[in-house]
Amino acid sequence: MNFLAGTWVGEWLAGLGRITLLARDTIASCLTFKFSRRDLLYQIYFIGIKSQSVVLVTGAFTGMVLAAQTYFQFHKVKMDTATLAVVSVSMCSELGPVLTALMVAGRVGAAIAAEIGTMRVTEQIDALRTLATHPVDYLVVPRLLASTIAVPLLTVEAMATGIAASYFVGIGLLGIEPTYAWWNMLKYSSDADVMIGLIKSVVYGGIIALVGCYKGLSCNVGAEGVGRATTEAVVYSSITILIANFFLTMVLEHLCVLLGL
Amino acid sequence: MIEVRELKKSFGSQPILNGVSFRIEAGESVAIIGRSGGGKSVLLKHIIGLLQPDAGGVFIDGENIVAMNERQLLRVREKFGMVFQGAALFDSMTVAENVAFPLERKKKFTRAEITRRVAAALEMVDLPGTEKKNPAELSGGMRKRVGLARAIVYEPQIVLYDEPTTGLDPIVSDSIDKLIMRVRDQLKVTSIVVTHDMRSARRVGNHVLMLHEKKIYANCTPEKLFASTDPVVRQFVDGVADE
Repeated sequence: MNFLAGTWVGEWLAGLGRITLLARDTIASCLTFKFSRRDLLYQIYFIGIKSQSVVLVTGAFTGMVLAAQTYFQFHKVKMDTATLAVVSVSMCSELGPVLTALMVAGRVGAAIAAEIGTMRVTEQIDALRTLATHPVDYLVVPRLLASTIAVPLLTVEAMATGIAASYFVGIGLLGIEPTYAWWNMLKYSSDADVMIGLIKSVVYGGIIALVGCYKGLSCNVGAEGVGRATTEAVVYSSITILIANFFLTMVLEHLCVLLGL
Repeated sequence: MIEVRELKKSFGSQPILNGVSFRIEAGESVAIIGRSGGGKSVLLKHIIGLLQPDAGGVFIDGENIVAMNERQLLRVREKFGMVFQGAALFDSMTVAENVAFPLERKKKFTRAEITRRVAAALEMVDLPGTEKKNPAELSGGMRKRVGLARAIVYEPQIVLYDEPTTGLDPIVSDSIDKLIMRVRDQLKVTSIVVTHDMRSARRVGNHVLMLHEKKIYANCTPEKLFASTDPVVRQFVDGVADE
């Protein structure tokens, strides 16, 4: 593999290897419960509570525009009452988890990378190590656990807000017949859609925290290094989420069929 | 006891250390001097395992720490305290939280014991009553004192100082030197001070190592170093620039 050394492919593979090792160390550390419960609670507060407004607005307006656009197309073939069913399935299995994750990646992934990156360039990470504290135990584990707990909860919130907002637009503004719309929504939405969305959101929460921590821990010295780490954390975690979404959809949908859900 | 054997380190194609060897006995106080960018801080970071050498060994009480992974190194680092050039205080914590950090991580002290030890450590560095201040509210000298309090609060056997007086005025530098001597004498720790301040090196070290051309050029007492007639040593001691 020496011929790849110094090329962008080599660098990319090396980065992939390093983040995999970080994930391994983090999971091993999670199992030993060396992290501080107080830090975990603070991170849940920071990732979960502080992201409420962003996620609520995103969920609501996505549901509203999806309801409007679906209605405009379905109205042409006299399928107005199927509008909320489409919104519900989309919000639960696709848009809820993906858009929540992208918004959290922008807010939290950037903050994680900037905070840890600044700690690195000001030697605070080295100080941690000299104080016999592993940076993975102290910095990465609470963020990863908090993110995998908070992102699914935020996703549920986005799903509920999106569906409620679409109901308001569909019934209140566009005049869809409420009884049939509601009946269709319940008929075509299933527990499996919500489960798929939740499983995805756990994975996306992990991606956001892991990429943010990795970029912060490996950031170059100086203000430019921190800036670059922050940008890369958002870009890489967003792209990874979008790519992972396709594969998760394929795997989980097939799994649901196999299990008869 | 600390022993460094044939240590070599390069960053990219730039060699920094090329066969550095020395030995420091327990309780000694050693000043490492040399020109800026000469590898003093890099050497110090190898002693505590923050950097991995390209070749050579670092032995702490007979154990080669080069062969250890990060988790194994945590056990060895409990013997060390380190004061960083920029203090490296955790800026999201107060002074008391910074100093208490290593005690809280050990999880074997009660809240009252931690409070007592933090107060004692701050008293030792002449900063009593600053517990609730944030690092951003402190001057450069105060930050280094808090860094020292954090490094000694858990009573390590070895304290490393990375340029403790750099960027400070002569009076504050003098007070930091006195503090290093006080810690050395009261806690009976092994001290390693990286500095290019000759006055500081003379006062805090009972032994001086001079790094030059990526190797240890001089290894002697401060008196011998200052009396040396070697042109390289003289140039550094007298602070004369190349023509």
